Amino acid sequence: MPDTMLVVVEQREGKLNRVSWETITAGQAIAAATGWTLEAAVVGSSVATFAAEVAAKKVARVYAVESPKLEPYTSDAFAAALKQFLTAKQPKLVLMPHTYQVRDFAPKLATAMGRTVISDCIGFKHENGKLVFTRQMFQGKLAADVSFTSDAPWFATFQNGAFRADKAEAGTSAAPVETVSVEIADGVIRNKPQEVFKEAKQAVDLTQAEIIVAVGRGIKEQKNIEIAKQLADALGGDLAASRPICDSGWLPMDRQIGSSGQTVAPKLYLALGISGAIQHIVGMKGSRTIIAVNKDSEAPIFEIADYAIVGNLFDIVPPLIEEVKKAKAGS
Amino acid sequence: MKILVCMKQVPQKDAPLKLNESGTWIREDVSYEVNEPDAYALEEALRQREKHKGEVVVITSGPARAQQVLREALAKGADRAIHLEDDKFVGLDAFNTAKAFAAAIKDESFDLIFTGLQSDDYGYAQTGVILAELLGLPHATIIMQIEKTDGGIRVKRELEAGYFQFVDMPTPAVLTIQSGINKLRYATLIGIKQAKNKPLRKVALAEVRSAIGDNLQKIERLYVPQKTKKTEHIEGSASEIAKKLVDKLRNELRVL
Repeated sequence: MPDTMLVVVEQREGKLNRVSWETITAGQAIAAATGWTLEAAVVGSSVATFAAEVAAKKVARVYAVESPKLEPYTSDAFAAALKQFLTAKQPKLVLMPHTYQVRDFAPKLATAMGRTVISDCIGFKHENGKLVFTRQMFQGKLAADVSFTSDAPWFATFQNGAFRADKAEAGTSAAPVETVSVEIADGVIRNKPQEVFKEAKQAVDLTQAEIIVAVGRGIKEQKNIEIAKQLADALGGDLAASRPICDSGWLPMDRQIGSSGQTVAPKLYLALGISGAIQHIVGMKGSRTIIAVNKDSEAPIFEIADYAIVGNLFDIVPPLIEEVKKAKAGS
Repeated sequence: MKILVCMKQVPQKDAPLKLNESGTWIREDVSYEVNEPDAYALEEALRQREKHKGEVVVITSGPARAQQVLREALAKGADRAIHLEDDKFVGLDAFNTAKAFAAAIKDESFDLIFTGLQSDDYGYAQTGVILAELLGLPHATIIMQIEKTDGGIRVKRELEAGYFQFVDMPTPAVLTIQSGINKLRYATLIGIKQAKNKPLRKVALAEVRSAIGDNLQKIERLYVPQKTKKTEHIEGSASEIAKKLVDKLRNELRVL
């Protein structure tokens, strides 16, 4: 019998998130390369509808791993439920999306089983029968191919956007769905989560912006934000920032682009002094055109830029504002 | 409140990195700094101590150079430090690093253990959670606020896309701290002076070796990522660049 691999998808607010479908695409690709059987699992208190949704994809079987104690989410309950399920199933490989929730429980689950997680992967290679996972290191400046040296099950998580959700193949017929009830003993769950909430309504919705001028650490001081603002105004665009700028309080949190902020896809994204850490890139790599200005020629932002300007933004931006104004006045 | 802060020394953000000869790690000759989220974790520990009294202990692993991180933390106000000192600690995976930490603190009992939410070099985002599991403690990740309650703490977890959640949990507990949870302080001259006399315990690899095993994952190779996008470099003087760029914006991208 071929080895089995399992994708654990994530549902929130009544929906499977996009990165779950991306992880199914990843699983299908690995299954094609290795010949392993691909199965999927949904974890929660009552997840039959999600399981049925996943069963429409090309997977051999879908498990609905259920217990009333899995709602609301706690790392204690999720790790306990999956440990029980995986210990019984013994898959070769377990794939999960690299979401905040998975980050919260997957290392605990793997540790409880004496195993390891290769986290935040962007791809895989199957070389001479050996499976390696590619992940970014040093904030995206370098990449690493990482292999497992432990026994199965192996755990790997995939970064948002690493695979395409719309490439997840549909099955020829619906895969069988099996409900697995897990026992979670009293006292296992130690944390008491409260309701999920959104901080004060978001004042700016950058997701609809056509032009975004974003600033990063390279802006150096709060007062320098002004020249980025002037450029944004001249272009008729919106001002945004990478996380450190918002952490410093130089711009409000609702201007933040990235994994903890907004995900945008404007026609034009102009990155000023942004190095391009993974956490930022995931929020803007869908932009149609990316222009990056950075004095470090090795900044990872240039990896995804359409136009690269290696130089000091304080030299580049003022004449650019003037040229844009001239062009607008002339048109 | 007795708080342990796990800290890491990482290459400076804009330091050019060179691969070692075997292409499995970077060469040591770069400038290092404290991992940014760990600086926020330390600041939060100092603030909690200022509110609730107690002790802040900082711990790191790595070669002699890593002591700088501890010295800075002591200068900012940490009470004492633990240094797992050996070149070999750099190559440990998150599982073994957490095991080494757990072994080094086995005779202590902390109310809270903080780590930064992830490191700027490996970026695993796992060591804190693994440490919690090894110690049998509850944990919460990506924390933006901590309040003491009767019998425990209430923390604010950051979720994705601007969502948050408060979680009540018992102590002792492990928390991974998000950057931006607070405003970082600078070390004062007096602090730097006092740091010299604060206790710093060195732990040799031999002392924790029995606790750690073989790595469970291995970096086969490290490399400069292949570009997938065709990038056009715009060069010249600042005013030439401005003119060229505006021409593109107008005639190619049609956004002007």
